[in-house]
Amino acid sequence: MIDMRQFFTGVSIALLFLAFLCLYRAIRGPFITNRIIGVGAIGTKTLIVLLLMGFIYDRVDMFVDISIVYALLNFIGTLAAAKYFEMKGEV
Amino acid sequence: MDTMTIGSILTAIFLLFGLLFFTGGTIGLLRLPDFFCRMHATGKSDTLAVLLCLIGLAIYNAFAGNFALPYILVSIKIIFIAIFWFLAGPTGTHAISRAAFRCGVKPWTLEHQFKEVEKE
Repeated sequence: MIDMRQFFTGVSIALLFLAFLCLYRAIRGPFITNRIIGVGAIGTKTLIVLLLMGFIYDRVDMFVDISIVYALLNFIGTLAAAKYFEMKGEV
Repeated sequence: MDTMTIGSILTAIFLLFGLLFFTGGTIGLLRLPDFFCRMHATGKSDTLAVLLCLIGLAIYNAFAGNFALPYILVSIKIIFIAIFWFLAGPTGTHAISRAAFRCGVKPWTLEHQFKEVEKE
């Protein structure tokens, strides 16, 4: 029998490591467009990490709602930034 | 081999494949030369990775609750996130890359490599 809680913890740590790698692009990446996609990539990884935290703490029914909100906010944020730069006309 | 073991193995397979695609997307985001290439790498592979991870977690949740109704409802919520992200991820990618293209970000071409132009 596999201990799934340890497996979920390992996957979470791997995802957090990848999120820190994306943080390099979010901080340094030349111009604002690269920063937006870096932040978006961190957001998608956080979506999964939140659900995995729910499984680790045995509170999936609560964490799944937080995850839904996070997905919506990430999407709206990306769209708002895209709309802003399209209307402004320059990066 | 009981049902819980089967669910755990399925979840492990889905999560590891999702992690693989996340790794590919992150390497693309860090290494590729310009904005559109990075968008190409991260936009598609992240969407597929989120889909795989969420499907795996929904399967695990359904098996963990032995298919009782409250657990099935939570699984349906997780599948709802997967469907939403399947629609929203490519939409966001398209919107941000169209905005960048209209703002005049030049796509990378092979000439950039030889002329040593400032990378965008």
